[in-house]
Amino acid sequence: MAEVIVVTSGKGGVGKTTTSASLAVGLSNRGYKTVVIDFDIGLRNLDLIMGCERRVVYDFINVIRGEANLNQALIRDKHAKELYILPASQTRDKDALTQEGVQKVLDELQKTFDYIVCDSPAGIEHGAQMAMYFADHAVVVTNPEVSSVRDSDRMLGLLSSKTKRAEERREPVKEHLLITRYSPKRVTRGDMMSLEDVNEILAIPLLGVIPESQAVLRASNAGDPVILDEESDAGQAYADAIERFLGEDKPFRFVSEKVHWIKRLFSIKEKEHA
Amino acid sequence: MSLLNKLEKIVHYFQPPQKTARVAKERLQIIIAHERQRDNPDYLTLMQKELLEVISKYVQINKDDIKIELDRKDGCSILELNIVLPASGVVA
Repeated sequence: MAEVIVVTSGKGGVGKTTTSASLAVGLSNRGYKTVVIDFDIGLRNLDLIMGCERRVVYDFINVIRGEANLNQALIRDKHAKELYILPASQTRDKDALTQEGVQKVLDELQKTFDYIVCDSPAGIEHGAQMAMYFADHAVVVTNPEVSSVRDSDRMLGLLSSKTKRAEERREPVKEHLLITRYSPKRVTRGDMMSLEDVNEILAIPLLGVIPESQAVLRASNAGDPVILDEESDAGQAYADAIERFLGEDKPFRFVSEKVHWIKRLFSIKEKEHA
Repeated sequence: MSLLNKLEKIVHYFQPPQKTARVAKERLQIIIAHERQRDNPDYLTLMQKELLEVISKYVQINKDDIKIELDRKDGCSILELNIVLPASGVVA
């Protein structure tokens, strides 16, 4: 039985698709059979981030409508062994995404996969609600910025009321906070809320902190999820987040400012004097 | 520009910049607490009404005798229910 993970945020542009791609690649590289689904009907983008845009023939809506079967629509990922992508429709109306249709597709995927990652569209409309409805886990992607934190809080409200688990009064969706575009330097300067600040407000377990990184744009330029850039800070931070998701205890990296060795020397001196 | 204005600008230049992160956090705490309250009243008032109906079957009470409060902190919600029963008022 697969576990369904929704990657959501409310606000756009905070890194949902980047996160979905890296989460999917990370899980599959750890040996879990994974499928990642783009729920952003009409604004397909996961295919670009995963680098498979030229191999899209059939999509999610085609499968829901019975115009293609799942095997025809699933694209085998070129990076990871046991990873498949189900792209969103680029042309169809988002109303084609019916709850029964989504259920049917998820039920079929449940049979063969360990993890189903649902990349949610921005907003709190139908598409976003469909992406979260069947979720067992929710990765809430948040920038340390006021509008993003507020929207994330709204999503937490929806997760606890508008999901199947909530409606059936089962154990609630397991929530995980992922802070992205984090800049320790700006936090030290007092220009950016710290991860402790954000965590205090949203009050859900912290899954990971992804630093603001040049590697993210490079990765999307190339169509290779950033977790594959093992040299990069963002790639390593995503890898850590995957380990935590799988239950391992990983210390947080890239969350404090790198202090130049000369500065550090001075601060030691100061301490000695004090 | 008056001399005073100029002086103010100079003083301002040397002041440490305000820590905007703190402002952000405070604003968020206020607005989110407000919005979380707003999300809930639907079911709270409904529940209050239903509870009143159930309790009224057995005990005579007024609408004001039931107080419901919802507090949310550290990821858990605390529902506080306060019902004042009259000394004598058993119906059945």
